[in-house]
Amino acid sequence: MKFFFFHLMPYAHLDPDYDKTYATDWLLYPNSNYDPLKGAELYNRYLDEIEYADTLGFDGVCVNEHHQTAYGLMPTPGVLAGALSRRTKTAKIAVLGRALPLLNNPLTVAEEYAILDNITRGRLIAGFVRGIGVEYHASGVNPTESHDRFHEAHDLILRAWIQPGPFPFEGKYYHFDYVNIWPRPYQQPHPPVWIPSQGSSETIRWASTKERRYVYLQTFSPVTALFRYMDMYREEARKSGYEASPDQLGWSITTYVAKTDEQALKEAKPHIEFFVNKFLRMPMEMLLPPGYLSLSSMKGVAAAKAGLGRQRTMDELIEQGQFICGSPETVRRRLGEYQDRAGFNLVLPNLHFGTLPGDLTRRNTELFAREVMPALRDRLPAGAREKARA
Amino acid sequence: MAGHTETKHTLHGCSIHIMRGGSGAPLVYLHGSGGGGLWLPWMEDLARQFRVIVPEHPGFGRSDTPEWLDGIHDVALFYLEFLAAENLTGVHLVGGSLGGWIAAEIAMLDASRLKTLTLIGPAGIHVPGVRKPDLFLWSAEVLARRLFHDKAMGDEAAKRAVDPAGDDVRMKNIYTVARLAWHPRFYDPLLMKWLNRVKLPTLIVWGREDRVLPVALAQGFVERLPQAEIEIVPDCGHLPQLEKKDIFVERVRRFIAGSGR
Repeated sequence: MKFFFFHLMPYAHLDPDYDKTYATDWLLYPNSNYDPLKGAELYNRYLDEIEYADTLGFDGVCVNEHHQTAYGLMPTPGVLAGALSRRTKTAKIAVLGRALPLLNNPLTVAEEYAILDNITRGRLIAGFVRGIGVEYHASGVNPTESHDRFHEAHDLILRAWIQPGPFPFEGKYYHFDYVNIWPRPYQQPHPPVWIPSQGSSETIRWASTKERRYVYLQTFSPVTALFRYMDMYREEARKSGYEASPDQLGWSITTYVAKTDEQALKEAKPHIEFFVNKFLRMPMEMLLPPGYLSLSSMKGVAAAKAGLGRQRTMDELIEQGQFICGSPETVRRRLGEYQDRAGFNLVLPNLHFGTLPGDLTRRNTELFAREVMPALRDRLPAGAREKARA
Repeated sequence: MAGHTETKHTLHGCSIHIMRGGSGAPLVYLHGSGGGGLWLPWMEDLARQFRVIVPEHPGFGRSDTPEWLDGIHDVALFYLEFLAAENLTGVHLVGGSLGGWIAAEIAMLDASRLKTLTLIGPAGIHVPGVRKPDLFLWSAEVLARRLFHDKAMGDEAAKRAVDPAGDDVRMKNIYTVARLAWHPRFYDPLLMKWLNRVKLPTLIVWGREDRVLPVALAQGFVERLPQAEIEIVPDCGHLPQLEKKDIFVERVRRFIAGSGR
């Protein structure tokens, strides 16, 4: 397994009673509730936590992108990645955003990523996403154009990286007479591309094809969904004429390690429940604007998300595999079990979540790095182990 | 009872569903965001005097969703082709809400086949400072309730809106509404500049208690269509043709009679 420390940078001072007045901490929750003095502390603390992960030997660190919310303070993740690019030394930096359809000029991302890739001498991992539904409310971009804009923006960026410029790009949403970006990416032909998703079959099919073979990341979802979508990826790869490698599959999983199971459960409970019940709170109309998913996907996802407003407990999250929590032994065992069933080789532990304080975040990160990672480093999924022996 | 028939018409690769009833001068009704496809009592009333033609827009209900459907102009131009294909002239064009917007676009682009224009709580024009509610953040149930001023009618509509039997059509319709109206939200900058080209006799009907498109938006139409008659219907929400049917039907008849039909 390879390990990528993942931080969501929430506004941890969110009023726990905000939901008595507001239905959500996204989009409509007034930003007068953001205190810049507290926010400045958080940014610096969070960046320290990510830099610390670099010194502890994580293979990479990850930032992400959401807009107009207390859930995460990284609307322009490139700025955070830029801050990290000079302070981290060995970890890859994965930007698990750039919501391409929201952009009027995707070349800005081609440029931004190329700069990061140069400064870090090739440590950049380029994430491309559509953004979750609420971003279409925040940006005004038409959600019915989301898939098409994503594909077109992606094609433009990849061509800008690979094809010698200047050349024209003729698309429906993006049309440029001159594509000729400076700098070009450091990694040739281009930085690795990762595609985080909640599990859209259209996205999985697109990412898995033979000519792309992009890394697919399953984000916050029950393990039943993880298994289904990783199977789907391998199946689509087979249809496309090749066998997907475990290194093409990643799982973003909130994780907490302490000396004993009891201690871990006790310490994590208020913070993981704050994360899921306060930060993630959002009405269905925000999460799934019309056209964000195809009509056929929409029905299934709407049914799956039906319990969105329901309060959830830590025990439920652990049972459904949305949270791994316990002693190093417990965490190692569960990661191993899930790896064997799902077949991923990339793990993106969210070692900070919700309101988890700085001292617990550091201890969690240390224990994970020292007591979990070494034992699993050379571990492959069950099927891949057999193949490696044969 | 005049009754009505239902047919299909295929144009530019798009099959649309059409209801027709009555005889006389053609009156074409363009439905709103909630969709069409129901032959309603007010249509029946007008069919006693007019040849009433009620298409379902591309992307709605039993009509196809064509590849070319990118925005409001596509729908307006499609209907101009439709009027030509049906060889309709002297048309009394009536549109409600989103359909009022489409009707205004049609009239702006080419009014040659039109005789009068009736806009019922139309979208299409933004009035600076007038804040529209965000329909895309409302559940289907909430939206249905807020269409009406009358509480009983709202409750009834809300009940229908959560019937799972209607899910597929509802999702198809709201998808198309987003396609046409997400951004800019329910208006067209081109229409704002050029609606004043329209010289047709025009009637604007607006429910005084409209909670979907507030009556203050009427000002945007009145400024651009100084010849328009305006009828603000008291104790009425977004759908005067349903909520105040008799007043609406009588007013449309009077308007058309007075326009030198």
